[in-house]
Amino acid sequence: MNIFDIIGPVMIGPSSSHTAGAVRLAGVARLLLGERVKSAYIKLHGSFAETYKGHGTDKAIIGGLMGYLPDDPRIRESIELAEQEGMTFSIETASLGDVHPNTALISVEGVSGKKASILGSSIGGGNIVIKQIDGMSVEFTGQYNSLIVEYTDRPRMVAMITSIIGDSDINIANMKVYRSARGGKAIMTIEIDQEIPEELVNIIRRQRDVFNVINVKMV
Amino acid sequence: MSIRNSLKDLEKESVEQGKKISQIILEDQSAEIDIPCSEVFLRMTSNFHVMKESVTEGTENGKAFSSGTCGSDSRRLHDYLRKGHNICGDILSGALIKSLAVSRYNSCMGRIVAAPTAGSCGIIPAVLLSVMEERGLGEHDVVMSLFNAGGVGMVIASRATLSGAEGGCQAECGSAAAMAASAVVELLGGSPEQCGHACAIALKNTLGLICDPVGGLVQVPCIKRNAMGTANALVAAQLALAGIQSAIPADEVIDAMKAVGQKMSSDFKETAKGGLADTPTARRGMG
Repeated sequence: MNIFDIIGPVMIGPSSSHTAGAVRLAGVARLLLGERVKSAYIKLHGSFAETYKGHGTDKAIIGGLMGYLPDDPRIRESIELAEQEGMTFSIETASLGDVHPNTALISVEGVSGKKASILGSSIGGGNIVIKQIDGMSVEFTGQYNSLIVEYTDRPRMVAMITSIIGDSDINIANMKVYRSARGGKAIMTIEIDQEIPEELVNIIRRQRDVFNVINVKMV
Repeated sequence: MSIRNSLKDLEKESVEQGKKISQIILEDQSAEIDIPCSEVFLRMTSNFHVMKESVTEGTENGKAFSSGTCGSDSRRLHDYLRKGHNICGDILSGALIKSLAVSRYNSCMGRIVAAPTAGSCGIIPAVLLSVMEERGLGEHDVVMSLFNAGGVGMVIASRATLSGAEGGCQAECGSAAAMAASAVVELLGGSPEQCGHACAIALKNTLGLICDPVGGLVQVPCIKRNAMGTANALVAAQLALAGIQSAIPADEVIDAMKAVGQKMSSDFKETAKGGLADTPTARRGMG
């Protein structure tokens, strides 16, 4: 926490959890996809489902998918702007199980046909927690600069990726590793104090058995 | 204890170093964020400009970006005053107009500074800008006073909470009023101890206030609670500047606020299940 968490953030109202946090959740989905969103399928749970119209949660999520930050006034017209860009989307209310009241499941398909999905919660003050990436359970907050690496589970992958980071003299604050099955798809979430240089992301991206790296900058 | 979680320690540090609370906080945050004081000050200045814009946009434009039920109460109050009806005096009346304007602007998807939250975003800009205009104060001093407000907010956040979902409206509009009151005291030449008393007095006045948004939306009663918080801030600042002390020290008031929040039923903590949200009119969906 610093003073700009107290006198801030600058945001489009009305609600830090239902508007600003929703923009950030969708922003992670867009980053994960890594390209312009062609279609989106959104499920809103709990308080998100009950109050999304009055809080502009729908506009916030579409805005986040368009790449807007929480203080971007275009969030107000995001639905029209997305339609102009040719994005198609559906927004439904649903029960997503035993999750935080402000939870959304956002599934997206990009212009190249690539797909991605996140399940995440807006936990107050604009802070978020991502609970699933592409159906796999994870947990990261976006309160740090974070790298999310998707790769194939095999020995030495963790050592290889962390040594690339260590060789750049970057300190890891928190790190977690998840996998679907032995030898299956795995996800590493790495939270870092500094900003992560794009060259470093590209080096990791080029490694064998790494198939996606996303760099989530703290906002 | 440290300046980040005790107002007593913050006041003491300020007195010992012979610096204002705002200066102590600016230096502390410069070290924390690891950027020079001048840049931290510039970032705060840019937030202050967003606050000013939100007052202007909310008062003059009155543009609604969403289809919610955003009344034009700020305009109504403005027109009433122009007809020569003013029972509150200039500073308070001006501040009430601004608080309604910013808070309504927020509810209509306006661009605001959450201070400390979006739901309570009208109080600090309304109080500081009104005092600034009435007393002809410069921008530098007012931006500095936001560091005082932020310092108080950090202590409340670390000892208790600033979230309505955890502590009710006392944690949002109560905290915003306490932060604004302390900032005004410093701005008008009060001592660090007087800042602490102003914070304590404002927070005491809203102890127990529930968060009961009708339909779960940041509109009813949030917008008018911002007007209340604004008045509360000016009341507390005036008493403290006159040398009136809070019998209970600010840190203990904050702890009491936390305890009250913990004992408060979850029906009264942003869930829209109790209070005004559970009245026949609210249930009929007037939103």
